[in-house]
Amino acid sequence: MADPVHLDGEAPVEEPAVTLDAFLDQPDATAVRLEDGEDARKLVPYIDRLSLIEIGFSAFGDGRGYSAARILREEGFTGELRAQGDVLVDQLTFMRRCGFDSFAPEKPLNEKDVETALARWPHVYQPAADDRKPIWSKRHG
Amino acid sequence: MYKYDNYDQEMVDTRVAEFRDQVERRIAGKLTEDQFKPLRLMNGLYLQLHAYMLRVAIPYGTLSGDQMRMLATIARKYDRDYGHFTTRQNIQYNWIKLEEAPDLLADLATVEMHAIQTSGNCIRNISSDQYAGAAADEIVDPRPYAELLRQWSSFHPEFSFLPRKFKIAVIAADEDRAAMRLHDIGIQIVEQNGEIGARFYAGGGMGRTPMIAPLIRDFVSVDELVSYSEAILRVYNRHGRRDNKYKARIKILVHEMGAEEFIRQVEEEFAHLKGENIDAPAAELERIKGYFADPAFEDGLADEIDRSDPDFAVWLDQNVHAHKQPGYAIAVISLKPVGGIPGDASSAQMDLMADLAERYSFDECRVTHSQNIVLPHVRKQDLYTLWQQLDEAGLATPNLDLVSDIIACPGLDYCSLANARSIPVAQKIAQRFSDIGRQKELGELKLKISGCINACGHHHAGHIGILGVDRRGTENYQLLLGGSGEEDVSLAKITGPGFDEDGIVDAVEKVTDVYLAQRDEGERFLDTYRRLGIDPFKEALYG
Amino acid sequence: MKILTGNDLKSGDVVWWTGYDWSRHVSDAAPVHDGATDVIAREIARRTVSDAYIVDAEKTDAGVLPVHIKEKIRATGPTVRVDLKLAPPDPAAGNWVI
Repeated sequence: MADPVHLDGEAPVEEPAVTLDAFLDQPDATAVRLEDGEDARKLVPYIDRLSLIEIGFSAFGDGRGYSAARILREEGFTGELRAQGDVLVDQLTFMRRCGFDSFAPEKPLNEKDVETALARWPHVYQPAADDRKPIWSKRHG
Repeated sequence: MYKYDNYDQEMVDTRVAEFRDQVERRIAGKLTEDQFKPLRLMNGLYLQLHAYMLRVAIPYGTLSGDQMRMLATIARKYDRDYGHFTTRQNIQYNWIKLEEAPDLLADLATVEMHAIQTSGNCIRNISSDQYAGAAADEIVDPRPYAELLRQWSSFHPEFSFLPRKFKIAVIAADEDRAAMRLHDIGIQIVEQNGEIGARFYAGGGMGRTPMIAPLIRDFVSVDELVSYSEAILRVYNRHGRRDNKYKARIKILVHEMGAEEFIRQVEEEFAHLKGENIDAPAAELERIKGYFADPAFEDGLADEIDRSDPDFAVWLDQNVHAHKQPGYAIAVISLKPVGGIPGDASSAQMDLMADLAERYSFDECRVTHSQNIVLPHVRKQDLYTLWQQLDEAGLATPNLDLVSDIIACPGLDYCSLANARSIPVAQKIAQRFSDIGRQKELGELKLKISGCINACGHHHAGHIGILGVDRRGTENYQLLLGGSGEEDVSLAKITGPGFDEDGIVDAVEKVTDVYLAQRDEGERFLDTYRRLGIDPFKEALYG
Repeated sequence: MKILTGNDLKSGDVVWWTGYDWSRHVSDAAPVHDGATDVIAREIARRTVSDAYIVDAEKTDAGVLPVHIKEKIRATGPTVRVDLKLAPPDPAAGNWVI
């Protein structure tokens, strides 16, 4: 597995993430890992004191992690949101828009490909968890 | 019709560049087929039986003359001189080369077209009423709302890896010409207490487990149309089944959860999303509506039409629909000539339709979900000349909504999922009933054929449906009766054991004979079936 | 007998394994045996084909043809557009073999 890369140049949180069940049992850790389909809203009461939430992608085609990420950002999570697992370069833009700011892909990504992918889209059509203004906002100021 | 601004154009151009890069990486071996497949699918590129197939999006089925002409050019330049109009108002090409696909998409982008999200587990091209903006019975033109949703759903970061594909239809009339309730989300734009809003249905679909979408909200105000859609999509993305692709559509979620619980969860999510500023301001809808303003209709045109040519009169009665504007009519071009392939058009025919749209229909045409083409705004005084030109090109078959106006999927002749051929069955049925007088005697009869249980040919929604199956290595056809995709929506029922290719043609004739013998005054086939039930038809088939 | 088929990666054309290469003509297909899975893995890795798989075939008067109707249609083209059927191979024209 490749080391986590933080997109905003910050140092990735090093504390190992505990499972959601373990965390809910004893919520003193500051790093939690959600598997595909685990309910992100269960973390809402603890959001302020978590520094890392890692969301696992068992397969790149399983898109539940995108909703989990966005929900956590909507609920005000400001810590590191890491996508781990089957994370491919062509999904990075979507992940970024849903609020992920760090990536730990199973297979390392080519740095240049990552850069190209993240810089590709000049506009977006809809608001999401990032601060990009949708096209309608650009149209109407 | 809608015109791109620089933002829209840049998004489509960027997609072309991105796809070009993805194709290069695939060919260079940086992407495996498994990794590449969802990417090409999200650009409408399938690998079918004979070659790659490309599905081009026609948003809500509306095309300009230039766009139709480009579809003809694509057919000539990259394919084998024809294309196939589909039941979701799109067009697909059957013989595309992967290495040429990026150039093809670049050509399409020059006329504001693309293949974005025409396949894959994402929100697909949004379909609508083919008579939008022309029909007398609509509350408003539904297409601005469809366009609003098109933009919202394009490259949606959260909903590009859904459990399964997701289809939305938007209509704005009580008469449902878009099979709205057989979509994952069906939206009817309605007016309530003087306010325009959206009535939402969710969880409909065809496929192997057909379902009619239940009503999930009677009225959503227009300024929350997008956020309400987002709430539905989020509930689906989080909770739709991913363990079995055949149970992954939203209809299964709604069904297993129950509509009531589904509605509760959607409302809960909708409440969460309030304040997330997801909906565009009213000015955006107004901007879009501006593109769908009525064309410059002439006032004071005559409504009389010279019916002295009997062949023209037959076409006029069958293929021309009332228009909201005096002196105008909606003309439907049949892509169902007897013996032809339903929905196929040659590049020359597409060129001609483009010319005719420009000349006679304010530069606009439409694709219908029943695989025909509509010229929405034709002056009644031009109908005869129009008909003559259509007739010369083999495009004036007067069979709209008759037994030979068959919806058929590509079937085993083209499709890698199919179990049986659909097209030859459609051709044989059309030939059996080729006499137009006989067809008119049978009246409105919607016959729909699918070559496998995925139901792309909408067999569940046919007054008569045919489903092709593989029975120990040979093609076999089951007969279904009593479906409708319209406002009187219902799902067809299988009559009994299947038939071979000739047997199914006989079977269709037998059930129509029962209808002719037993119908009451003014009844369509479907009405008689509903009154009598399936038994007399079964008796004729198997008795 | 068993034969091996796939789709050419770049063009998407239906191709058949001749024993040493791919041909667009099913009549060129050679029977495959135990080593077929190695051929599939190697050819996918070489990116000649997007995917490949083994099908049942038989010798007929018209030459080798797959047994199942779906593969027959793949081999010969849409039954409703005979004008699009692949022309029979010209033995002199090696350029048909890719």
